[in-house]
Amino acid sequence: MVRKMLPITFALALASFGTQAAHQLTLKSVNVDLPAGDRMFPDGPGADVANDNCLACHSAGMVLNQPALPKAAWEAKVDKMRNTYKAPIDDKDVDAILHYLISIKGAN
Amino acid sequence: MAGAATLALASPPALAEAIVELPLPGGPDERPITTGFPEKGALILQRTRPPLLETPFEVFDQSVFTPNDQFYVRWHWAVIPTEIDVGSFRLAVRGHVEKSLSLSLDEVLALPQAELVAVNQCSGNSRGYFQPRVPGGQWSNGAMGNARWTGVRLKDVLDRAGVKAGAVQVRFNGLDEPVVAEAPDFMKSLDVDHARDGEVMIAYAMNGKQLTLLNGFPLRLVVPGWYSTYWVKMLNDIEVRDQPDTNYWMKTGYTIPDTPHASIRPGQTDVKFVPISRMVPRSFITNIKSGDTLRAGVPTLARGIAFGGDAGVSQVEFSSDGGKSWQEAQLGTDEGKYSFRQWQIRFSLETAGNQLLMVRCTSSSGEAQPDTPNWNPAGFMRNVIEQTAVVVA
Repeated sequence: MVRKMLPITFALALASFGTQAAHQLTLKSVNVDLPAGDRMFPDGPGADVANDNCLACHSAGMVLNQPALPKAAWEAKVDKMRNTYKAPIDDKDVDAILHYLISIKGAN
Repeated sequence: MAGAATLALASPPALAEAIVELPLPGGPDERPITTGFPEKGALILQRTRPPLLETPFEVFDQSVFTPNDQFYVRWHWAVIPTEIDVGSFRLAVRGHVEKSLSLSLDEVLALPQAELVAVNQCSGNSRGYFQPRVPGGQWSNGAMGNARWTGVRLKDVLDRAGVKAGAVQVRFNGLDEPVVAEAPDFMKSLDVDHARDGEVMIAYAMNGKQLTLLNGFPLRLVVPGWYSTYWVKMLNDIEVRDQPDTNYWMKTGYTIPDTPHASIRPGQTDVKFVPISRMVPRSFITNIKSGDTLRAGVPTLARGIAFGGDAGVSQVEFSSDGGKSWQEAQLGTDEGKYSFRQWQIRFSLETAGNQLLMVRCTSSSGEAQPDTPNWNPAGFMRNVIEQTAVVVA
């Protein structure tokens, strides 16, 4: 099924970038802007609490790109945000955030 | 054609211009393609802040080197300096040393130059393919890249400071910071012998140009053969330690089961976790995608990339019958043991129907990719033999 062909040229390996000498390199100062990420959580009970508590540290896409996860996984994640990453989430908001996460990304 | 070009020019760079579908089991599979990040071209938007940007897979078919503007990006914390002045930047070397240093970039560039080609791969590359799925950045296979890194040997910098007897580890910290000050600053450590092995580098250039800010300008650690978590970006602080580092990012974050392939059963708890370290072999077909149709009886070129992890590529084998038989592929230029290596082979499929193409890399230390996927709760170290499902017609 497989035929050996001689010799096949690796034309792409000859692409020149990546091989430039850096010996004369001088570094130039950088001043850029990073996108803010202004996407909010989709509407639903608890969305406002999630917006208020989660988006200071990360954009909503981090959550919205997650697969459906069991309740225990979301509990562990919220616990990690609070206790390891020190997110200042009030006790009274934890249940609302958990219910919201499970409503949008829950799995059995 | 001219009209299309005009339209393209008239559109300002936008955060989201197109959608890519990543075949992650159970989804969600749609991600925007973004050109909205500085010094960057088209990348898959996994997270805006802190940025998680994935290299579109077709980039890996274009060269063994990943272009800087499409090199993937991964930051842990959202406070990232956006302005770096090359005149005032300093790299500190301190701790268990004879003489603390505060090096300007001119002083770093004046040290003997070192250069090597190495793959930089996120520990969680391909996490989105774990089953059962696990939380974290839901990467497809593009949280990796290969570049020629230019800089100075870490050993030379440490020798200038003079490592004292009794040093056990060297800890690296960058300019990024958490939004919440009490959160654990991102720092990583290497054993002192590893740090002084003459291969670990402080890079100031990738592919002949200064690092992009998002890839760690002005300096980043390069730890050849090890996962990217150790390649600390915007490196500005090196601390030689006489005690092991127990900070969160060494002791808890980025740990793997101490088992073959870092693999356990979902839910298994009777296992010791250790810091992730060296990479393992992987290989990919880059010119044929799952779902493509091939013509029966027509010779076809398959090509792609392979890497050995912490060793070179010894052999790449290709199967066009779902793994029943394997043929050795031809290898491209050897850019060094830590680099991607291109491979290619010609094959033809005679019978119409569905078929699985597979590719398997064996490293120069004799380690081959496994037949079955590993699983661990953080989604680290995936290196199962990849499958590309094609239709023969």
